[in-house]
Amino acid sequence: MADPMKIRAQMKGDVTEIRVLMGHAMETGQRKDAAGATVPAHFIQSMSVDVGGKRVVDGQIGTSVSRNPVFGFKMKGAKVGDKVVVSWVDNKGDKRSDEAVVA
Amino acid sequence: MNTTRRTVLKGATASGALAALIGAGALRPTHVLAAEWNKAAFEAKDTAGALKGIGAGTPVESKDLILKVPDIAENGAVVPVDVISNIPKTTSIAILVEKNPQPLCSEFDFANGAMAEVSARIKMGQTSLVKAVAKADGKFYVAQKEVKVTVGGCGG
Repeated sequence: MADPMKIRAQMKGDVTEIRVLMGHAMETGQRKDAAGATVPAHFIQSMSVDVGGKRVVDGQIGTSVSRNPVFGFKMKGAKVGDKVVVSWVDNKGDKRSDEAVVA
Repeated sequence: MNTTRRTVLKGATASGALAALIGAGALRPTHVLAAEWNKAAFEAKDTAGALKGIGAGTPVESKDLILKVPDIAENGAVVPVDVISNIPKTTSIAILVEKNPQPLCSEFDFANGAMAEVSARIKMGQTSLVKAVAKADGKFYVAQKEVKVTVGGCGG
């Protein structure tokens, strides 16, 4: 149900820059809608980045990450053509996994 | 974190045992891969509780830990944060917003060549100290900076 992520992985010298944009409402559970009812919390809880089949980043996320989260990471040791897999799971069990290739 | 359970999961080569656990609703399959969400730390209502939840206690201030945040955020719903740790052997970085209802914002573990560096966009309810906490070689370090928020991003 969630929109595909936008993933960019680019070599800058020997460093690979990975940027991810996830499409997610990231409701905190504190906001009220127009009728005054509390909007239930709905947010990404964990995310991971795998490059070339190896886990590079393992992240845990709370409610205070912005709507449509953007994360940037850097790594060494990757090369052009390596597969980048980014996954997330939210507090309702929704999940999404998208792939990109290091350019 | 329930270490026993993690050990069981990691050691469960017999897929039957794992399937039984999933079937019993004891765990969701997605959580086998991802680290288990640190509920205690993320739901802590104050910074001390959040720090305790990630095992940091009272971290030491370090100038090798660089926290880049704007001085003034016009929109608390989207505050860009960059954290760079120049501390050797940094394995994880956490971001906290002291005055948010739940201060712990995110925590990242690095491995396999990842540099101890992260950028993210966070929400801030009001003007507050933003803290970056890095774990390096079993010790915790902190860098902090105040961000003035003109429009809050938590209550909507």
